[in-house]
Amino acid sequence: MNWRDASEFFAMGGYGLYVWGSYAITAALMLVEPWLASRRHRQAQRAAATDTDPET
Amino acid sequence: MIRNLRLFTFAAPSRFYALAGALTPWLWAAAALLAGAGLYMGFFVAPTDATQGESYRIIFIHVPAAWMSMLLYLVMAFWAAIGWGFNARLASMVARAIAPTGALFTFVALWTGAFWGKPTWGAWWVWDARLTSELILLFLYLGFMALVAAIDDPRRADHAGALLAIVGAVNVPIIYFSVRWWNTLHQGASVSLTAAPKMATTMLQAMLLMTFAFWAYAFAVVFTRARAIVLEREHDAAWVGELVGRSGSKQAEAA
Repeated sequence: MNWRDASEFFAMGGYGLYVWGSYAITAALMLVEPWLASRRHRQAQRAAATDTDPET
Repeated sequence: MIRNLRLFTFAAPSRFYALAGALTPWLWAAAALLAGAGLYMGFFVAPTDATQGESYRIIFIHVPAAWMSMLLYLVMAFWAAIGWGFNARLASMVARAIAPTGALFTFVALWTGAFWGKPTWGAWWVWDARLTSELILLFLYLGFMALVAAIDDPRRADHAGALLAIVGAVNVPIIYFSVRWWNTLHQGASVSLTAAPKMATTMLQAMLLMTFAFWAYAFAVVFTRARAIVLEREHDAAWVGELVGRSGSKQAEAA
C-alpha cells in the first residue's frame, strides 16, 4: 500500500494538481463522449421512427 | 468460400447494426472492469517512481491514450480506404465513427503530457518532434471531421475524407519514431516489441490494463456512434423502418 491515509493519496507527493488534473479531464471526456454518442443514436432512432406517413 | 462469406457478412449495414448493438454492453462492462483493475494497480500496487515520485502515475493514462490515438488513426485510414476502393458504404461510416474518438485520445495524450511535462521538464509545452507530430495528428482528425461534414453528398464526402486520412497516415510512423529520429526532450519508448520493458512489472501491468480498458472503450463508443451514423444514412431503408417500427410503407417500397 502506497498511502497511509486519504490526504496523502490526494496530495500525490506534492504532484496532486498534475496527477488529478490529468485524470479529471480524461474521466470527464470519457464520460461525455459516450453520452453524446448515445444521444446521437437515440436521436437517429427517433428521426427514423417519426419519418412515417403524416396520416398515421 | 467460407472465409469470404465471413469476411463480408457484416459488410451489410443491417447486420453490422445488430452485431454492434449486441456487443456494445459487453464492451462497456469490459472497459469499466479493466479500468477499475488498472486504476487499482496504478494507484495502490505500483510503487512510487524513484526519480519522478508520484507524478509518473500520469503514465497510466498518457501512454495508453497516445497508443490509441495512433492506432485509431491507422484503423480510420484503413476503413476509409476500403470504403473508397471497394465502394463499401459501411466501411466509410465506420471511419467517420472513429474520428471523434481518435481526436479525444489525441487530446488526452497531449493534455496529460502537458500535465506531466510541467513538473518533470518545467514546461507545459515544447516544440519537440514528438509533441509537434502528435499535435498534427489532432489537426488531422479535426480536419477529417470538418471535411466530411462540409460536403453535402455523403459518398463524395467519404471519398474526400479517405484521401485526407490516407495522406495523413504518413504522420503516424513519424510520431512513433520521432524519439529515435530526432533528439527530443520526450523520452524514448519504455515498452517496445523488441526489447524488455524498462519499467517495474506492476507499473507495466497497470499500464496494459488501462490500454485494454481504453481499447474496449474505443470499440464501445465507436460502435455506438457507427450505429447512429448507419441509422442516419440508411434512414430510408426497409430494415430501418422495421427496426424502429415505422408503419409507413412508402420508404420500404422505395428501398
